[in-house]
Amino acid sequence: MLHGKSPLPGFGLGMGILLLALSLVVLLPLGALVGQGVAMGPVELAHHLGSKRVASALTLSFRAALIASLFNLVFGLGLAWVLTRYRFPGRRIIDAAVDLPFALPTAVAGIALTTLYAPSGVFGGALASLGIQVAYTEAGIWIALVFVGLPFVVRTVQPVIDEIDTEVEEASATLGASRLRTLRRVVLPTLAPSLMTGFALALARSVGEYGSVIFIAGNLPNQTEIAPLLIVIRLEEYDYNAAAAIGLAMLAISFTMLLAINATQVWNRRRIGHV
Amino acid sequence: MSRTRPLSRTHAPRMNISFRRLALATLFAGGTAIVIVPALPGAALADTKLLNVSYDPTREFYRAYDAMFAEWWQAQGNPPVTIEQSHGGSGAQARAVIEGLDAQIVTLALASDIDAIAERTPALPKDWQSKLPHNAAPYTSTIVFLVRKGNPKGIKDWGDLIGDGVQVITPNPKTSGGARWNVLAAWGWALKQPGGSAETAKAYLAELFSHVPVLDSGARGATTTFAQRGVGDVLLAWENEAFLAQAEMGADAFDIVVPSVSILAEPPVALVEGNLTDDAQRAAAQAYLDHLYSPEAQALALANYYRAWDTSQAAPEDIARFPDLDLVTIDDFGGWAKAQPEFFGNGGIFDQIYAE
Repeated sequence: MLHGKSPLPGFGLGMGILLLALSLVVLLPLGALVGQGVAMGPVELAHHLGSKRVASALTLSFRAALIASLFNLVFGLGLAWVLTRYRFPGRRIIDAAVDLPFALPTAVAGIALTTLYAPSGVFGGALASLGIQVAYTEAGIWIALVFVGLPFVVRTVQPVIDEIDTEVEEASATLGASRLRTLRRVVLPTLAPSLMTGFALALARSVGEYGSVIFIAGNLPNQTEIAPLLIVIRLEEYDYNAAAAIGLAMLAISFTMLLAINATQVWNRRRIGHV
Repeated sequence: MSRTRPLSRTHAPRMNISFRRLALATLFAGGTAIVIVPALPGAALADTKLLNVSYDPTREFYRAYDAMFAEWWQAQGNPPVTIEQSHGGSGAQARAVIEGLDAQIVTLALASDIDAIAERTPALPKDWQSKLPHNAAPYTSTIVFLVRKGNPKGIKDWGDLIGDGVQVITPNPKTSGGARWNVLAAWGWALKQPGGSAETAKAYLAELFSHVPVLDSGARGATTTFAQRGVGDVLLAWENEAFLAQAEMGADAFDIVVPSVSILAEPPVALVEGNLTDDAQRAAAQAYLDHLYSPEAQALALANYYRAWDTSQAAPEDIARFPDLDLVTIDDFGGWAKAQPEFFGNGGIFDQIYAE
């Protein structure tokens, strides 16, 4: 039956392996989490999520992730643009360095950033003399999240910039559009879908980031305690239900945000009518 | 022409595909076998292996003790034994054992973490603490203050920690065993003050933690924050960790301040009976724990800045290091079974001081 549908062989085997791998790695753990939530029931879930401490941890995690991802959206676009459009010595090295946050263990990144931004560190010391504290405050969390999220934006936008014909921009210029107008009406609409994807990926990554953040955050309840740390703390108390409840809340919020971003993408595509 | 060629093409590759499938399946099976077979138990047991799951600051002590024990064990005419170590936050280590980490020995920061294993798995008997001398604690420690050289903030006792502008570094009692001893020691001091009661002690604890700018997850992390990042004026630390920090960073960097009251911290040890596979392993594991109480192991603990029971073989300077001080014990809190939920459980006293 399947052979008749596609001239490409191997669908059955391929799909089988894929589903197996996906189930083992993604669907089963998520299913277990949701299952634990269902077993708890809404009353207990609300009880675990109702405290001020959980609310402030969740708010902090999503706020910091949003701020860091917005920063990465702008900064990552700029970096991708420069790397693709211009030729300069050292370009390849910078290009390779963008991937470092992927490769470096996040704990190492966290420790390195803390060393730099702590009051005894190089940047931290200079900032401290200006009365600004970075490590052990929310600003420290932003920096760690910017670090882990940056490659997602750069790497999704780069190939699209590479595809844009410079002739289109030249045409826009010869038709009398200003540089800003060309950027706004020609370049950005083409880049929008990949920018959104990169933003969504960076956001999703930084919401759940734990390894690098716990080193640079102060981890004080209600102030600099991120939601993933609160999950670990609940686990230390052997309170698996409370941990699962916070995990579920994070999953639900992330899912809603990704859904909203995707919906914007669809709307955007309809509006432009192509891509 | 374009109709016939694709047809004949699809036929030939399909034959190949089935061969390829076969090859693929064989590869898969072979690969799986290579991964799984070495993991099967009883494949080859040349010598006895033991895994000691321990907490953060014992790295240096157990590194030395493992070498000492392996040598001694073989000198007794036993087959060679290999000891592996795992270190981490005490609570996380206990959870790993509960969730199936194949440890034969646990040496954790407090009794309640071993109690947790005994409660949640059948691998550890509930009366584990009576199976070895001194509440199964071969060495003890206490909580002291580590301050910057010259003690610029003039910190002498617990009351000075809540002075204006004093910053206190302690790990998070939720994730660190050592930090739980910190909290109980502070509580013990506050109770002993004139007019001290549970209310005044709780108020003191709340005030104390408002002076804490960073809560690291483990004792080592807190030491790093204080010693290397230069954050805070006082580190509440295990006595052994404070001596170690002084030895590593040089005595000209920090002073140790001994408060008037502290707590007798007993990090206990136990055999995880359910994870013992044969008699040889059981004998070695039991001897590993018993030998901790031998004069030479006790001397080693003293040299690693732990307070130990038997000083007969210790160097005089290792004994002279420890000042006498007023120590409350966990029994004053009704034992860990009572203190753990009351102070550190979800909604316990520690949660309350952050909720207000």
